[in-house]
Amino acid sequence: MNETGAVLALQRFGLGACGGADTLRKAASDPRGFLLAELSMGAPLLADTNLQPSSEIIARVRAFQRVQREQRASAPPAGAAAALPVGFDRNVIQDAFRADAMARLRIGCAADCGFVERLVWFWSNHFCVSARKGQLVRATAGALEREAIRPHVLGRFRDMLQAVEQHPAMLVFLDNTISVGPRSRAGERRGRGLNENLAREILELHTLGVDGGYTQEDVAALARMITGWTIGDPEGRLGQTGAFVFNPNTHEPGAQQLLGKTYADDGVRQGQAALHDLARHPATARFIAMKLSRHFVADAPPPELVDRLARVYIETDGDLRLLAVELVSADQAWTAAASKLRTPAEFTLATARLINVLPPRPQPLLNLMAQMGQPLWDPAGPNGFPDLSSAWASPNGMKARLDASTRIARATVVESPMTLLDEAFGAAASAPTRQAVARAESREQALALVLMSPEFQRR
Amino acid sequence: MTQPRVYASTRRAFLAAGGAMFAWPFMTRFAGAAGGRDPRLVVLVLRGALDGLGVSPPLADPDYANLHGAIALSGSGERAAFHLDGFFGLHPSMPGFARMWRAQNALIAHAVSTPYRNRSHFDGQDVLESGYPAPGRVDSGWLNRAVSLLPKGERTQPARGLAVGALTPLVIRGPAPIVGWSLAEAPNYPGDLIDRIMALYDRTDPRLHEALSQGLGVDALARQMGQTSMGPGQAMRAPARGAARLLAADDGPRVAALVFDGWDTHANEGGPNGRLAQLLSGLDGAFEEFETGLGVAWKDTVIVAITEFGRTARVNGTLGTDHGVATAALLAGGAVRGGRVLADWPGLKDHELHEGRDLRATMDLRALLKGVLRDHLDLPAGTLANIVFPGSQYLAPMDGLIA
Repeated sequence: MNETGAVLALQRFGLGACGGADTLRKAASDPRGFLLAELSMGAPLLADTNLQPSSEIIARVRAFQRVQREQRASAPPAGAAAALPVGFDRNVIQDAFRADAMARLRIGCAADCGFVERLVWFWSNHFCVSARKGQLVRATAGALEREAIRPHVLGRFRDMLQAVEQHPAMLVFLDNTISVGPRSRAGERRGRGLNENLAREILELHTLGVDGGYTQEDVAALARMITGWTIGDPEGRLGQTGAFVFNPNTHEPGAQQLLGKTYADDGVRQGQAALHDLARHPATARFIAMKLSRHFVADAPPPELVDRLARVYIETDGDLRLLAVELVSADQAWTAAASKLRTPAEFTLATARLINVLPPRPQPLLNLMAQMGQPLWDPAGPNGFPDLSSAWASPNGMKARLDASTRIARATVVESPMTLLDEAFGAAASAPTRQAVARAESREQALALVLMSPEFQRR
Repeated sequence: MTQPRVYASTRRAFLAAGGAMFAWPFMTRFAGAAGGRDPRLVVLVLRGALDGLGVSPPLADPDYANLHGAIALSGSGERAAFHLDGFFGLHPSMPGFARMWRAQNALIAHAVSTPYRNRSHFDGQDVLESGYPAPGRVDSGWLNRAVSLLPKGERTQPARGLAVGALTPLVIRGPAPIVGWSLAEAPNYPGDLIDRIMALYDRTDPRLHEALSQGLGVDALARQMGQTSMGPGQAMRAPARGAARLLAADDGPRVAALVFDGWDTHANEGGPNGRLAQLLSGLDGAFEEFETGLGVAWKDTVIVAITEFGRTARVNGTLGTDHGVATAALLAGGAVRGGRVLADWPGLKDHELHEGRDLRATMDLRALLKGVLRDHLDLPAGTLANIVFPGSQYLAPMDGLIA
């Protein structure tokens, strides 16, 4: 029985042991095989009945916003309750956000190991949006993960890349829906122009990385190529309302040069061809290999591991399942010490799994994550939440974890915290931790100690 | 995924977020700079790149109105910009800062920039906060290194800086101990939980021990701070208010860093009203909270508001501005020799703009910051050039910033 390996499998790569489900023992006979088995089952899609396509969510948000505008315009007398139309959905934005959040929490709790979920989270942070941008992004942030990331998490990077850059949430978040080719029909008629926000982040954050060798001219060229990538209008003139559409009226005409290669103006395919090439670029391979190794293994990952992943990325043309297989097959991924601090989201879900409690609504867990500095789908900027332990192991961050652990311990009835410690770590729990839990003066205190133990905090 | 598991719901749900403020002071006063002063320094990091031409428009520059187009401010009419010195104005959302400017307690440095010349937020922020001349160094920030050089306090503990918010900003990360503070309610810890966790970390994980002990501190001052509530528009005011109270205390911290996000105005930036106006109104409120909350200590205070770079001089196709180079830095506080706009104005004609698009930098932000650190915190110029802003030997600290 390899319990140390099992803890690594469950915590470094997964979402932690499940209370009452014997996961540690299942992982211990063959920790690596435990992870590979989950990969071979494919990525689970979310099937909750209350989840809607982003196009529908957007249609409902727009209807909500239209009613809001009309009400403001008609200005009811002060104090009078504004009458809402029949069937009007006041909470459309919050409901959509929470439905996706709940589905994510549920599937995270249900997974045997959670390795595939961790990959979903990794890519979701790589391709993040910030809910604070506004109502449309808040309502569709979960749908971006569900529609553009989850289906490709064991597929090809280039497919995920295109799905993300054409997703309504991303197009709104990085302003591409309002970017107009200056020499397009709409540009010449209305005097509007380019917004280079999305193009810059595609190059800097999504593909090549900031040192990937592109210039300001490349940013502008890519921005021109993806003009016209927008969301279907309410009347459906451009295509399906609320879905990705290509609007030739705002697309900058003409060929463009990106990284020395010329792309003929081929409508929507011009930008798609550019994304395709960016996905195969060696700088993209290196950038992704580095980010994956840093996320899963160590703040400063072994260079051999990074090289190996970059090589596999290139050889397999960005096959993300084979990349994940390579990651867990590499010995360096298992020999590095458990130096990384779990992120607040990992810590929160690992706790829910261990105590075997998933609240019926997502808010309590979402509040915990926010208090620890990681509000779901809402990082401060398009670079996502930090992936370095030094950012999370801060005085404030540790104080916030203590407060969260205290709250959870107070709100949870656990018969035997020592059993939880055994279920999570078995013989891999250190003597001091075992002793601290055994000597605790109350079950509540003992549970807080389990959650704050270095074994549970680090991976 | 082999077997669906069933979740019991607890009788008591997890608790929701609370609204009380807490703080962990245990810093000592450092033997102040010359004259028995007890100086305070606050760094506000405006992440996302502040439009310098938006906060302080060059109203008398003949090219400004045309370049900034529909979002340009005007020196007359409704919501006119405040007139500062006949050339520069101030955004109308900042009446508090305008009042401080008239009282000669506020200053603007314009056409200023870090040495970073590319346009990535994150590299730009690393340069701004690390104090190194190029990206790639994220192990410590210039403010932390400055704190580490301050003389030790009267008690055994070294001087400490204060980081506000759930994540410690790079500018104040590093070797010198810092304390954290954020707007979350602290629960009652069951029994002697804290002692037990500390004992466990002491035996097993020194780094977590150090972080948590700093995060906890001694909460004597926090108990004096009472309750506050967060309302809309409080995002910058509330943390400023809390930080001001900590800084005002006799045994509180003397140096603090706060991060305000959201300045990346690519679209619908707005002129006298709109997105940037709302952000600046929040920032103005933060300055006023510091002025009020610091009380008599305001006279010994310098607040510096800095950002990673500026924005394009020309309004873009979506009524916003894209990433640029030079911008404005704002200083306020009773110790500031204010009532001035410091600028070697580069002009806004095409050939005067950096790469034909951005306000050209004519002042290095590090010279400004070195001037503040030297004259306000009494740090020697040599140390500033070697340790705080490595590689800045050729940049003399700016004179005459401190009253």
